[in-house]
Amino acid sequence: MSGIRVLVGCKRVIDYAVKIRVKPDKSGVVTDGVKHSMNPFDEIAVEEAVRLKEKKIVSEIVAVSCGPTQCQEVLRTAMAMGADRAIHVEVDPATYDHLQPLHVAKILSKVAQEEKVDLVLTGKQAIDDDANQTGQMIAALLDWPQATFASKVEKTNGELKVLREIDGGLETIKVRLPAVLTTDLRLNQPRYATLPNIMKAKKKPLVKKTPADYGVDVTPRQKVLKVEDPPVRQAGAKLASVEELVAKLRDAGLIPT
Amino acid sequence: ITYILRCQRSFATDVPKITTHYTVYPREQDPRWKGVNMERISDDVDVLIVGAGPAGLSAAIRLKQLANDKGKELRVCVLEKASELGGHTLSGACLEPRALNELFPDWKNMGAPVTQEVTSDQFYFLTKSSALPIPLLPGMPLNNYGNYLIRLGNLVRWLGEQAEALGVELYPGCAASEVLYHEDGSVKGIATNDVGIAKDGSPKDSFQRGMEFNAKVTMFGEGCHGHLSKTLFKKFDLRKNCEHQSYGIGLKELWEVDPALHRPGRVEHTVGWPFNTDGKNLYGGSFLYHIQEDAPLVSVGIVIGLDYKNPYVNPFQELQQLKTHPHHVKLFKSGKRIGYGARALNEGGFQSIPKLTFPGGCLIGCSPGFLNVPKIKGIHNAMKSGMLAAEAVFETLTDDHKVASSKTAGLDPESYEDKIRASWIWKELKSVRNVRPSFNTSLGVYGGLAYTGLVYYLLRGKEPVTLSHGEPDHACLKPAAECKRLEYPKPDGEVTFDLLSSVALTGTNHDHDEPPHLTLKDDSVPVARNLAIFDGPEQRFCPAGVYEYVETEDGRGHRLQINAQNCIHCKTCDIKDPSQNINWVCPQGGEGPAYNGM
Repeated sequence: MSGIRVLVGCKRVIDYAVKIRVKPDKSGVVTDGVKHSMNPFDEIAVEEAVRLKEKKIVSEIVAVSCGPTQCQEVLRTAMAMGADRAIHVEVDPATYDHLQPLHVAKILSKVAQEEKVDLVLTGKQAIDDDANQTGQMIAALLDWPQATFASKVEKTNGELKVLREIDGGLETIKVRLPAVLTTDLRLNQPRYATLPNIMKAKKKPLVKKTPADYGVDVTPRQKVLKVEDPPVRQAGAKLASVEELVAKLRDAGLIPT
Repeated sequence: ITYILRCQRSFATDVPKITTHYTVYPREQDPRWKGVNMERISDDVDVLIVGAGPAGLSAAIRLKQLANDKGKELRVCVLEKASELGGHTLSGACLEPRALNELFPDWKNMGAPVTQEVTSDQFYFLTKSSALPIPLLPGMPLNNYGNYLIRLGNLVRWLGEQAEALGVELYPGCAASEVLYHEDGSVKGIATNDVGIAKDGSPKDSFQRGMEFNAKVTMFGEGCHGHLSKTLFKKFDLRKNCEHQSYGIGLKELWEVDPALHRPGRVEHTVGWPFNTDGKNLYGGSFLYHIQEDAPLVSVGIVIGLDYKNPYVNPFQELQQLKTHPHHVKLFKSGKRIGYGARALNEGGFQSIPKLTFPGGCLIGCSPGFLNVPKIKGIHNAMKSGMLAAEAVFETLTDDHKVASSKTAGLDPESYEDKIRASWIWKELKSVRNVRPSFNTSLGVYGGLAYTGLVYYLLRGKEPVTLSHGEPDHACLKPAAECKRLEYPKPDGEVTFDLLSSVALTGTNHDHDEPPHLTLKDDSVPVARNLAIFDGPEQRFCPAGVYEYVETEDGRGHRLQINAQNCIHCKTCDIKDPSQNINWVCPQGGEGPAYNGM
């Protein structure tokens, strides 16, 4: 009786501690030479997959990333954490700038079908675009159940019992496999990718593919018009009395004189 | 006779525990570590290099060039604590291409990011309102024609690519945290850092031991005041026949400016204001380089000698002030700041060059210290030292007789010292050896300039006397009560900025749940001594706001708060702490600043 096969989606994003800078032409943010790392929520997804493998629930973990050549660094990290294989769906930098969640969802769905996986695990959203769409779209494309914002995952018979973090509190649902899961912050603490594992990961297989290999058209359907810094916060003023407040409101024309 | 025992530190029990690191509280005696598996995996290499900076990478490249030439197999590994090459690299920089020409004669065609030639070279003496030009005669240290303005982080990245192409194994994100020794006392290699230790020093679920690298020769290229090199100086008494090292702190900002005001290739150096006002007699100067890349960039910064006496000196604020000078300010008003960083650098020069080799390894680059202070250039010497060390190491490894007759398991690349003495590094440093100490008289900057202009210019170092460095930097501070309290203007958010927004620009980060890597030998000393006598100078000399004296909860006193997450690995605190109580140890690999082409 073989275990579950898992596909983990990993996105390479600008490191969360780095200060973002908008390009002078306002077409996007500066990425050249800037420190990148794996999307923190995807790290949690990889960690969860590895923990399930250690519990012998999962038999194989395939890590996938879509983007330019540097995405391979993120895949090596995933393998150093415990993923068995990696697939790099290569997209050239110019096309990558316009790659949208629907394109990624289509690609990952096709990969999931080709690799005959039982579970797709990704982070709930990427910290660069905060889209929170890819996992849900994959579920729709594959017509699989989805359990998003997972903060606890348990296997019961042929189902997964998932605790979800929702606006109103916590919700527990059961999903039948195959399914799509997206991870939230409190699901686990990812392990460190240590040097001996990084060295071992260099020998694990990493296959390069393109969107065309999966029959996915990555022509953009949306166009980014402008990227700007948030407006500079105006200095506040401390007022000494209610009378002063009323006077200021009158001066600003916010209350009738 | 009754002895009344006075409790000298009545507040000893009130001292909150600050330091939790295992270098101060060994885990062998810590009950929380009982039963934890402390075994380490080990790997064998031929040569291990600590630090992927200009020196380390030049050494790696040279080793592989020699090995490939002679058809020898050589496993060369380079460990780097930054998560990406160049992440912890900071410099002005005005590069003398001498070493690069020797390492890669064809570097221009290989796409090296060295493209901005120096087109004009200026030296000014600044007063509060004006800039007096001082002529740069040929032969003067600060004459830069033929040199290039570069972003050192980018050059380091390029050197890394060349190294990997030659077969060097590069491991960024791996910090070397411990030197390993054979039983005979020679260096065996290093161990990388453990991960998964909680802030209170206890093991977390994610605890994993570092790994060991065993090497026939280990080359240490950690940069100025490296934390492992520090232990080697003591262990092998490498400073027996030289003076102590003296240091400066360099702070730098990268700006995008108005193309109309940009003069690609322009080099400006200044002395004078603000370093000699308000009774400050700082050895200080500024640099400003115009570099044309995709955008018009300006690299501006200052270097201040860490032998200053007034504990109220704030190097970060001095940099902010410098930018407001009428000569510079228009440039910054038109521009946007895109980078900030700081690093200690060596000022000891010739007098402070230590013994360079020991059984099992050697020191390269700024770890021993080959920076030419009047020129403020160290990259070319660092690279050359790495190359010479590589030649010595290669000779030692391939000389079967030397290997067989070695008294220790770790090999000593002895010929490295002779090569340094015979090289242009030695000649260059010897000729300028008296310039920096000449600034230490009561004439301050005027004495130094006069000495350089007269004695150095005429004699080029052939003078028979060698001036000494005086007191080590940490012993130079005068008690706060004897010094003038310096006030610095508030930041305007346009040309000058506050410290915390500057630190944010470095992209630095450390795990919030790890023991602070700024360790104190004695947790009670900061309040008892640093604050009491010197009014807490670490609050001012740290360029990242790591140290803060905050009021205790009961309002009756102060305690030291260490914001280890802000640290940008500059090493100034370890150098300048008047109590020498701060010991900088290595945090987890991959942490620290994320400089981009600084």
